[in-house]
Amino acid sequence: MSPSAAAIRDEAARLAEGFRARGAAPFETAVLQPAGPLLDLYGEDIRARAYVTGDPHAGEMMLRPDFTLPLVRHHMAGDPAAPARYAYAGEVFRRQEDDPRRPREYVQAGFEVLGDADAAARDAEVLAALRAACGGAGRTTFGDIGLVTAAVRGLTTSERRRGQLLRHVWRPARFRALLAAYAAPPAPFVPPPPSAAPDIGARDAAEVAERIEALRADAATPPVPAAEAEAMVALLALACAPDAAAAALDRMARALPGLGARLPFFADRMAAMRGALDLGEVGFEASHARSAMEYYDGMTFTITAPGLPPLATGGRYDALTRAVGGADVPAVGGVARPAALLAARG
Amino acid sequence: MIVLAVPSKGRLMEATADWFAARGVRLARTGPAREYAAEVEGADGVALRLLSASEIPGALAAGRAHLGVTGSDLVREGHADWAERVEALAPMGFGRADLVVAVPDFWTDCRTLGDLDAVAGQFRAVHGRRLRIATKYHRLVREHLRAAGVADYVLVDSQGATEGTVANGAAEAVADITSSGETLRDNHLRVLDGAPIHRSEATLFRSLRARWGEAERAALAGLTATLGLGRA
Repeated sequence: MSPSAAAIRDEAARLAEGFRARGAAPFETAVLQPAGPLLDLYGEDIRARAYVTGDPHAGEMMLRPDFTLPLVRHHMAGDPAAPARYAYAGEVFRRQEDDPRRPREYVQAGFEVLGDADAAARDAEVLAALRAACGGAGRTTFGDIGLVTAAVRGLTTSERRRGQLLRHVWRPARFRALLAAYAAPPAPFVPPPPSAAPDIGARDAAEVAERIEALRADAATPPVPAAEAEAMVALLALACAPDAAAAALDRMARALPGLGARLPFFADRMAAMRGALDLGEVGFEASHARSAMEYYDGMTFTITAPGLPPLATGGRYDALTRAVGGADVPAVGGVARPAALLAARG
Repeated sequence: MIVLAVPSKGRLMEATADWFAARGVRLARTGPAREYAAEVEGADGVALRLLSASEIPGALAAGRAHLGVTGSDLVREGHADWAERVEALAPMGFGRADLVVAVPDFWTDCRTLGDLDAVAGQFRAVHGRRLRIATKYHRLVREHLRAAGVADYVLVDSQGATEGTVANGAAEAVADITSSGETLRDNHLRVLDGAPIHRSEATLFRSLRARWGEAERAALAGLTATLGLGRA
């Protein structure tokens, strides 16, 4: 049985009240958002997930698919370096191309912390806030995309190949295919025959020539050492209790030197998490939520209950503030779904 | 009475009429050529409706037509859950065309979707914006590119003359329907290697959303028997 709209509104208000009690300022934004910034940020995927409409004066508009981008823009318009906590509650709208049974509109209640450089403490704070919002319902799983990107940065290969892997961290199938290709023995480079066709469009002949040179150099790149490629695959598959994660990651760091650079932070955050919440019901997955949103670049988490949409989701998205504002502004947050929470409580 | 929707004009209409005639069913206009009144000879309980080919997928999906002839590309593009709304009864062997991605021919470094992804990454780094691909098949193209892991592109809408969008500065690449590839080549574009996004063909579809009472089922059985489609 699905809860009534009034019950969902009340639950959302209760959640936002709980976030405000943690020092968050209320945030509100319009349902109709200009489409341009959302498209710039999320690319074509957002069109599949958001309702697009038109306005004769404002141009292409979207029904807000989430609060994240408007909130980041609001924060950046003030003093981006000043730590701030925000709470919000309201409807979001999602097109469902794949599964018509999923809701097209639902209420979210969110808690976000921006501008605070103490990432370990703030990650733990946000996870604890969303766990508290769920009131003990559901099972929590968290991951850290920063482990994967740190490991990639330390791979023994060319800067170009590391860059391609980092571009596709959020597309696991493509990432695996690239990694396998980079670990395979090099194939001889056969330059493409020259073309007499006219250069039409914004991409010019110099760009084509530059990429052919890059392909030539790439073909001469030695393969990623097998031990590193295997450890990378093992890292992506790692799923265990949080207390077992440190030891497993330490072992993998022997083959993945880049991973070692992330482990002190991982340990700090584990300590902060132990102080902020009970880790008994929490699971760790290194590949968790990698395909959820392109801009998650650190901790990610979901709180789930069987047969229901996620009760809560969230993570760290420093890469998003960089893409929006060009500056490094630490950002971490999460949303709870009141309807799912009410259903989980029965 | 079941409603059979067929294209109202052009080569598609003629080929449809020929296909039915070869199987003993005559589709005939009853009035002057400009009127859309028509009837079916050789099958009982079938009413003919002449519609624009692009409207037939909607009529089938909504159940306003029991049967319809249209391109499989239009059916798949129009409805994410097309498989729950229509069923293909018979591919008809004409109107064949492939939905493909094509890039400027002088992009000698770009032959596969993997290349396209790398080119899109390079383009965004150089130009500070996403590589534009012009198409009218947004859903099919987006699904295809997502499955292949292509990033850093954006689709721009083009409802006609898509092959001209690169030369006139509206896009960097196109995703369009083509039968011979000739129009693309004339516009200095080249189809990427590999399987097309979709192989389209004129197809006789049955609506799963239309009313299928006893009389409608009987009319369908009669028609499919006459057409030799091997369905009771």
